Amino acid sequence: MTYIPHTDADREAMLAAIGVSSMDELFDRVPESLRFPKLDLPDGLSELEVSAEMRGLAAANAHAGDYAIFLGAGAYNHFVPSVVNHILLRGEFYTAYTPYQPELSQGTLQAIFEYQSMMCALTGMEVANASHYDGATSLAEAATLARAHFRGKRTKIILSPGIHPQYRAVARTYHQGNELKFVGDKGSATIPDLIDMLDEDTAMLVVAYPNFFGQIDDFSGLAQAVHDAGALLCMVVDPIALGLFKSPGELGADIVVGEGQPLGIPLSFGGPYLGFFATRKKYVRQIAGRIVGETVDKHGRRAYVMTLRPREQDIRREKATSNICTNQGLMALAACVYMSAMGKHGLRRAAELSYHKAHYAAEQIDALEGYSVDRSKPFFKEFVVTCPRPVAELNEYLFDHWGIIGGYDLGQDYPDRANQMLIAVTEMNTKEEIDTLVEALRDPDAHIGHEHTH
Amino acid sequence: MAEWKTPEDLKYTENDEWIRVSGNTARIGLTDYAQDNLSDLVFVELPDVGDTLTKGEVFASVESVKAASDVYAPASGKVIAVNTALDNAPETINSDPYGEGWIVEIELSNPADINDLLDAAAYAKHCASRA
Repeated sequence: MTYIPHTDADREAMLAAIGVSSMDELFDRVPESLRFPKLDLPDGLSELEVSAEMRGLAAANAHAGDYAIFLGAGAYNHFVPSVVNHILLRGEFYTAYTPYQPELSQGTLQAIFEYQSMMCALTGMEVANASHYDGATSLAEAATLARAHFRGKRTKIILSPGIHPQYRAVARTYHQGNELKFVGDKGSATIPDLIDMLDEDTAMLVVAYPNFFGQIDDFSGLAQAVHDAGALLCMVVDPIALGLFKSPGELGADIVVGEGQPLGIPLSFGGPYLGFFATRKKYVRQIAGRIVGETVDKHGRRAYVMTLRPREQDIRREKATSNICTNQGLMALAACVYMSAMGKHGLRRAAELSYHKAHYAAEQIDALEGYSVDRSKPFFKEFVVTCPRPVAELNEYLFDHWGIIGGYDLGQDYPDRANQMLIAVTEMNTKEEIDTLVEALRDPDAHIGHEHTH
Repeated sequence: MAEWKTPEDLKYTENDEWIRVSGNTARIGLTDYAQDNLSDLVFVELPDVGDTLTKGEVFASVESVKAASDVYAPASGKVIAVNTALDNAPETINSDPYGEGWIVEIELSNPADINDLLDAAAYAKHCASRA
């Protein structure tokens, strides 16, 4: 299929075909005062000028390609194999739209089907959809599923405070105005505390694995307790962590959601990202978003198609499982290529390297005077450091003097965590970078006010 | 024009549900006209035993290969039985809409609800007018 704009000749031919003499005449039904209003726009720029302007804007960003980065908190600088872009930038994938017509869309559909299959394998679930905007949206849709499953008879969603603050905010925004109540995350409730909140009105309990602070909570007894209360268990997970730790399926989760950005998608200043969603087969008709299924064509050849369509807006209208019926096709493809290229062993390797480098960094930083790392629970690739001075101050110093992008200021979201920095370390951080960070943190006052080159 | 079955002993709604009253209870389902227009049913979303039906409101929904459709209550009452066989064999509504394809059984809370429903002849006319 070509995508080429009309020429003047095309326009003339079309006007002639409908018996209209000019473009002006075509719009003569629009009231004169509103027709072709004068728009106060500057003159158009040439491609050369636009390129120069965009390059200038992009150069204003300090990005992971040029700076050592220890910032995570939901988006991570993981390795992106070059093969990902080679597949993604192919015109057939890059410009593909929603595969409503399976006859024309087998490539896209197969890619999504493979992505879904891999997400099931990774999470230990039975069915996955074609993705949502991001991890936060996936969590909101999990709440939608819980609400639909109990048909409004259960209205409480228990959220662990360890879930990403933005995800919890999005879930609330998404469901404002309906009968769902989101509770449990205002303080510092532990897993046992959350279990105590379970009652007959609980539709779903949600935990994060790892949690926002990088820690792995003890989930023993959680699934049992949630199911005994008749509720659903949802886990928000880091897909790289699943290369190393037990799958949520094995832990008894009913729904698994999370952010797929670590799977072959660059940081890109916040997006586009990838919300994944996987669950047990029995809930399949309440899943939001789209699902690609495998079938056969009239010649008996394997083919793919968007399946279970009568859940979506276009057929069920206000009774649809969600008002959002799109997905992140290109990002799902990136994740699919990443997982294929890395394989089970590659993913495990990325997870192991992240784990070991984070633990090395934590050990070195914990040994610094004035700094203390939270070792109260096992952690994966992120850890919390209590610092001797405000995090914002430290980060400005790290960036200006050392060219290091420091960790996340937890005091922004958790008032009782002032001066606490969330540091992320991945396979992309070299030992030299980590050692430099440690050196920089050791004695900031020795460097501030001095000329420093690096 | 197809001929749709319209048993004499039933009452009907304009939304293509049927109801068979026996004493204080009633069985409810979808008509032959409904199943014919929906075509192959693939899923039936049933209410729970103990649920309350309100006349004129949605209490169940069905999905076919081409559409999803709501099922409206012809009368108010409490659900005393649900045809769970439809979970694994939703196509029963297509093959036997007035018999094995029944959807729910209710205890009527207001027997007068039946009075304004269509009889077989009126319903058959209603179908013919839409064909």
